[in-house]
Amino acid sequence: MIEIENVRKSFGALEVLKGIDLTVAKGEVLTVIGGSGSGKSTLLTCINGLEPINSGRIKVDGTEVHAKSTDLNKLRQKIGIVFQQWNAFPHLTVLENVMLAPRKALGMTKAQAEEVAVKQLTHVGLAEKLSVYPTRMSGGQQQRMAIARALAMSPTYMLFDEVTSALDPMLVGEVLDTLRLLASEGMTMICVTHEMKFAREVSDRVAFFHQGVMAEIAPPDRLFGAPQHLETQKFLAATH
Amino acid sequence: MFDTALTMNDLIFLAKGAGITLIVTAIAVFFGTILGVIFGVFRFQVGPIWAAPLTFVLDVFRSIPLLIQLVLANAFVTTVLGWRVTGFSWNVTGFVVACGVLSLYTAAYCSEIVRGGVEAVPPNLRRAARSLGLSWGQEMTSVTAPMAVRVALPSWIGLSLGVMKDSSLVFIIGVVELLRSTQVLITRLQEPLFLLMVCGAFYFLISFPIARFGGYLERRWTYD
Repeated sequence: MIEIENVRKSFGALEVLKGIDLTVAKGEVLTVIGGSGSGKSTLLTCINGLEPINSGRIKVDGTEVHAKSTDLNKLRQKIGIVFQQWNAFPHLTVLENVMLAPRKALGMTKAQAEEVAVKQLTHVGLAEKLSVYPTRMSGGQQQRMAIARALAMSPTYMLFDEVTSALDPMLVGEVLDTLRLLASEGMTMICVTHEMKFAREVSDRVAFFHQGVMAEIAPPDRLFGAPQHLETQKFLAATH
Repeated sequence: MFDTALTMNDLIFLAKGAGITLIVTAIAVFFGTILGVIFGVFRFQVGPIWAAPLTFVLDVFRSIPLLIQLVLANAFVTTVLGWRVTGFSWNVTGFVVACGVLSLYTAAYCSEIVRGGVEAVPPNLRRAARSLGLSWGQEMTSVTAPMAVRVALPSWIGLSLGVMKDSSLVFIIGVVELLRSTQVLITRLQEPLFLLMVCGAFYFLISFPIARFGGYLERRWTYD
């Protein structure tokens, strides 16, 4: 379970999260929508401790992320994150990209790591690309590789930060299909996205962020069908 | 058509000088690189403000002519510390001072190269690596280092070749390396142009493989 309690976060004078309260249960698929600068991506990087917070508390399975005593390297093993930019390690092949963290962080042997990596790459449909260098692949393939790379750590939670935003429209579908597959397998996911149709389809709940505040959170048919908040209505009208 | 008094023994004498040049260079580049990596990563990690004292010291080593550094360091070691060792018929103190000064000189330049290489690694990649649960050290060695090395390699090869040529200055503190050996022969044989050509050929023979090896690594490490 991910528990977010009254989290505030500023970059200099700019407050990007103004007291967020949110709980995500195991097995839940939560999508987060909202305009640019609404703080939705920042929230994800706070959840796995890549960004410090100014006040409040984030707990993952009872462990407080920003407590001094927390071993972030260990905690991050169970929170996978995939970014808008896929961040493939260019000096490693696709297989090596996925094997790296299981070998270094989990201490697996080469054979074990390879088995896990092949399994995850097959899962996202890249079984043919194992020995290719990532720069030789399309953005969609690199993004799927990034997903496999995160999955190879067997995370309990997956965070997706606008994973299709930097992609050619032609390639969005294949990545969304991968996310749908994960959702159908019961993975706990928080997806920040601009793909409304996707959000509507896969989510258990949809949260709408506006200027650092979670303005509204509801099951998709309610949030899209009968939005309560004025800003949600405006946002949905503008994106439809 | 062509006549020279240069004998086989003289050539061996030159080769020995070239050997000293190679050894001094190898030691300076070895220790200079280790120190340069430590200093460079430190400067990158703590940021310009905290690194300012170190940066200042390295700037001193970079901006004062090597000749002056060698003479001053040698004077310091021999007179202030009173450390003067000769043995095996050669100048041990001079050799040690030469290696020390050249190492620091190399480290000063190398730390810039390392810092530039590390800075060239996109922060997003490092973030992605950390988000997978890698520690700072694991990320440094398995993502940042291999990428930074590729960026830094051409400059580092250039630095090594530069240090090799700059090592000719250590004659000032009595270390008989390649150029000094040549001068000895010039004084005796009075054939300066020919001997300088031979000396240049020696330098080329040492440099060329290093330069080619650098080129080979660069090609091998290109992202496919």
